[in-house]
Amino acid sequence: MWRWLHPYAKPEATYRLVDKLLPWFAGLTVVSLLVGMVWGLAFAPSDYQQGDSYRIIYIHVPAAIFSMGAYFGMAICGAIALIWQIKTAEWALPAIAPVGAAMTAIALFTGAIWGKPMWGTWWVWDARLTSELILLFLYVGVMALYAAFDDARTGAKAASILAIVGVVNLPIIHYSVEWWNTLHQGATITKLERPSIATSMLWPLLISLLGFMLLTATLVLMRYKNQLLKHELNRPWAQAELAQDSSAVVEEER
Amino acid sequence: MSALQLWRSVLSKDLRLAARRRSDAINPLIFLLMVITLFPLGVGPGPDILSRIAPGIIWVAALLATLLGVDRIFKDDYADGSLEQLCLLPQPLAFTVSAKMVSHWLLSGLPLVILSPLLALLLNLPGSAYGALSLSLLFGTPALSALAATGASLTLPLQRGSALVSLILLPLFIPILIFATSAVESAGMGMAVHGQLAILAAISVLTVTLAPLAVAAGVRMSVN
Repeated sequence: MWRWLHPYAKPEATYRLVDKLLPWFAGLTVVSLLVGMVWGLAFAPSDYQQGDSYRIIYIHVPAAIFSMGAYFGMAICGAIALIWQIKTAEWALPAIAPVGAAMTAIALFTGAIWGKPMWGTWWVWDARLTSELILLFLYVGVMALYAAFDDARTGAKAASILAIVGVVNLPIIHYSVEWWNTLHQGATITKLERPSIATSMLWPLLISLLGFMLLTATLVLMRYKNQLLKHELNRPWAQAELAQDSSAVVEEER
Repeated sequence: MSALQLWRSVLSKDLRLAARRRSDAINPLIFLLMVITLFPLGVGPGPDILSRIAPGIIWVAALLATLLGVDRIFKDDYADGSLEQLCLLPQPLAFTVSAKMVSHWLLSGLPLVILSPLLALLLNLPGSAYGALSLSLLFGTPALSALAATGASLTLPLQRGSALVSLILLPLFIPILIFATSAVESAGMGMAVHGQLAILAAISVLTVTLAPLAVAAGVRMSVN
């Protein structure tokens, strides 16, 4: 595995890989999001109890899952950056954090919209909602800490440590619906038993999940590409890449 | 010098410094008293309201007072270079910096525990909740000090880090606040509080044992 991974400590190799992967991720994101959203929002059967308003699940659940997934990914990158001192892993933090924060915000926002008709309130201070809000604050903290240092490497290290410390929040979010009595319903699919959702509703949800996963990955890759270019701006390969890009733009304009 | 001797000398140096410059340790406590004074004036001095919101007020004030003491943990040692010397020693840094956490707790956590009956009296807390309040502070504040040291180590090189420290630390403080206030409220209603106190103690044990590793990493990062 090391022989396979080692070249990617070099920014140029990482950039090539990201460049190669990005169109695939982007294309699959469009396809799976379109299929998942249209199927879920228009064709999946209505819920016998919640009517059509349950359909927000196709946005809420994927966003919530990948708000946590992105955080975990960020913490792993932070650990790699701290342990093996790999620069390219450090730059993943500023690439992931805003995307994860946006996912968290989407999850909270759609949750509030869903809560209004179902629970009769936009917001309750229960464990699941509060811990998801803390996740948003953690993202903000990581971003603020990263940005506060003049030296980007020191900032990345500080943000990595904070990201790793914040990981304790993830199991709290996941198990909050089991540990506390809460308005929020229990896990539907992220558990080891059979999913407690009808198959006709499950499939569009799974496709939406895939779509949000790919969307997160695509956005992170786009930001990561920029980070690579930004940090390596004075290297020949980045200069060549930029020159090539701007000539492409010029050609299109012509 | 063994690691334990070093640990003791770091702790005693911190305590001696605090004893010679008392205002540093006392100011956060006066701030805490002032914040608590503001609430009866702000929400009205009705004893019913006060006794209902007292656990929250006291704990929020405790969190804010902890934040005030954060700068004190490493700033001076960082400025005069002694923190760098601690990093160069063969004794494990994680163990040495845990002395810093202990000194922060002795200077900001322990006074809170001692002061808590007075605070409870000011806010008309039900008599049955006095013990739970003191115990919740006793079990919860070590975790606060451990997290405070983590935040302090991460923002050391920054000139104006104090706002950032609050931003980082307050989310991490939230779980402690939740369990502590729930314990005090249950006690006020005459219910059992062992569960919440046990969780608080568990959080403290976990953070006090693991935070030194993060603090050591943060200190090394800051010193480089």
